[in-house]
Amino acid sequence: MKRRSLFLNMSAGFGFLFLYAPIIALIIYSFNASKLVTVWGGWSLKWYAELFKNDQIIDAALLSFKIAFITATLAVVLGTMAGFVLSRFGPFKGKMVLSGWISAPLVMPEVITGLSLLLLFVAMEGMFGWPAGRGTGTIIIAHTTFCMAYVAVIVQARLSSMDESLEEAAMDLGAKPSSLFFLITLPLISPAIISGWLLSFTLSLDDLVIASFVSGPGNSTLPMVIFSKVRLGVTPEVNALATLMILVVAIGVIGAMYQMRRQARLLAQPEN
Amino acid sequence: MTSPQKIDPSNIGEQAQIKLPSWKTDAKPFVQIENITKKFDDFTAVDNISLDIYENELFCLLGGSGSGKSTLLRMLAGFEAPSSGRILIDGIDMAGIQPWNRPVNMMFQSYALFPHLTVNENIAFGLKREGIRGTEVKKRVAEMLDLVQLGHLGKRKPNQLSGGQRQRVALARSLIKRPKLLLLDEPLGALDKKLREETQFELINIQDELGVTFVVVTHDQEEAMTLATRIGVMNHGVIVQTDEPHEVYEYPNSRFVAEFVGSVNLFQGEVTTDEPDTVCVTSTEAGGVLCVNHGISCAPNQEVHVAVRPEKVRISEQRPDQPFNCIEGNILDIAYMGSLSVFKVKLPSGKEVRVTQPNINRESGGRFTWDDKVFLSWDMDSCVVLTS
Repeated sequence: MKRRSLFLNMSAGFGFLFLYAPIIALIIYSFNASKLVTVWGGWSLKWYAELFKNDQIIDAALLSFKIAFITATLAVVLGTMAGFVLSRFGPFKGKMVLSGWISAPLVMPEVITGLSLLLLFVAMEGMFGWPAGRGTGTIIIAHTTFCMAYVAVIVQARLSSMDESLEEAAMDLGAKPSSLFFLITLPLISPAIISGWLLSFTLSLDDLVIASFVSGPGNSTLPMVIFSKVRLGVTPEVNALATLMILVVAIGVIGAMYQMRRQARLLAQPEN
Repeated sequence: MTSPQKIDPSNIGEQAQIKLPSWKTDAKPFVQIENITKKFDDFTAVDNISLDIYENELFCLLGGSGSGKSTLLRMLAGFEAPSSGRILIDGIDMAGIQPWNRPVNMMFQSYALFPHLTVNENIAFGLKREGIRGTEVKKRVAEMLDLVQLGHLGKRKPNQLSGGQRQRVALARSLIKRPKLLLLDEPLGALDKKLREETQFELINIQDELGVTFVVVTHDQEEAMTLATRIGVMNHGVIVQTDEPHEVYEYPNSRFVAEFVGSVNLFQGEVTTDEPDTVCVTSTEAGGVLCVNHGISCAPNQEVHVAVRPEKVRISEQRPDQPFNCIEGNILDIAYMGSLSVFKVKLPSGKEVRVTQPNINRESGGRFTWDDKVFLSWDMDSCVVLTS
């Protein structure tokens, strides 16, 4: 193997340190026996036990999972459609607007996304009475809006890198557009769709800002509950909860990466 | 310009016992391409091409990249709609007929094997779309695998196959619906040289066995020469010459064709003798008078090019006894290629001439050495005069 310079080694070391040190500290402190967050009092699982006794947190967690699940599913359907239009429809009027809109949520400050959605929901309620009030439904709509942008980008990238002659070959062999989609295109982009779903799920689970804008009373998601608890002082319970969330998110991200790699392998052309 | 060896269709009666290829008879063409033009925005990819292809032909569209050959093929398959003109296959106008409804199959340059399906499923794909199920599918897939000699690989995925095997699967998949017309886009382009040569002959055998009409697109002139019954040489969206391989090579109708198909030495000159069976050209570039033994339509003093293939040139130390088609020069470079030697000879005018000589015996490549003064000569029927 090539010898790496000291500079590269140090860069890698600092990178890992900055990224992972806070997370590792959090995980270690979640097993802290002490009541004080900052004082180490030996190993214990008691804050995990406390956590599962806390109905408020459990309810919020269930709500968050439900929202994340529905959001991911809706985002995958809409995002795949959007990705399809962008990569297969050819040039059309408004393509720039659509692709601009697709990348907007990726770079837009969440505060703005949240605020604009809140204003929209309020205006719509005033004009035709839907959505009546804010709650789970509005959070799902808001999350779907920004998650589908991620899905669209992933699917579009996959479709663009896919050999278009695969689809032409299927048509040439007698596949009509509908069977072409279900027999060839969908199986080939399915890893991208799965990774898009997992990404949407974790994004929705993570989101605090947008959910704070568009949720109603009694519909607090998990991040909102954690945030409100932290404002009253960090309890070791929150460390335990955060550790569990890191676990879920890590599984989602690793799953998404695995799907992308599987896709790459599937489409790889062997050397002659 | 027409070549003198061409058989006039009206003479067929006299030699009825000889079975003529269908393009020389008045048989009805199987594929009729009529004034096809394809424009992409401002770029004209295919420019008003008309072409007839007959049943059982193995027709090669030969051209460089951007010559429009692939676009023409894709219009036959239905992936591109012509900007104007029409295509008839078996007498039916293909306008508005979608790719999945055409009696045509295509073998793609990238093979386009479905990576998530096994070899068997790939080959069966076309049959299943026709609603054929069960044992019939199995039987026909097995037949096809036998035809391409891959009987044992049916359960593999495409990425577990070598390039040559994938090429065969692609061929089997495109033939399973028994199309009347098979389009092949650079069918051998991705194979290495040795495999390509073997596969060429296999393709011809399969074409012969199944009686399918093949239209092959290629940029490789050797491939076109070996495969084709006829070649259409394309350049800038136009078919410059359509003829049998032999005719295209020996009687190119333009400088483009002469240079694109094989290598050639071109000498610029002016027509000095213009008779029905002899045309002589005085070329200062060559440093002599060059004559051909057939008439062409040209005028005295017209500027033309004389083309002679490297392998038709004799090279000698002594001046050969012939009044024309004899020039002198010095050897600039020698390349020993095993089966033949290539000489580059520099003429007094500065023009470099390429000569290839078969190495008939072991020492024949070493007869000449660098800077030797040599004479180059060829026969009257070994060269052609090109007016365009």
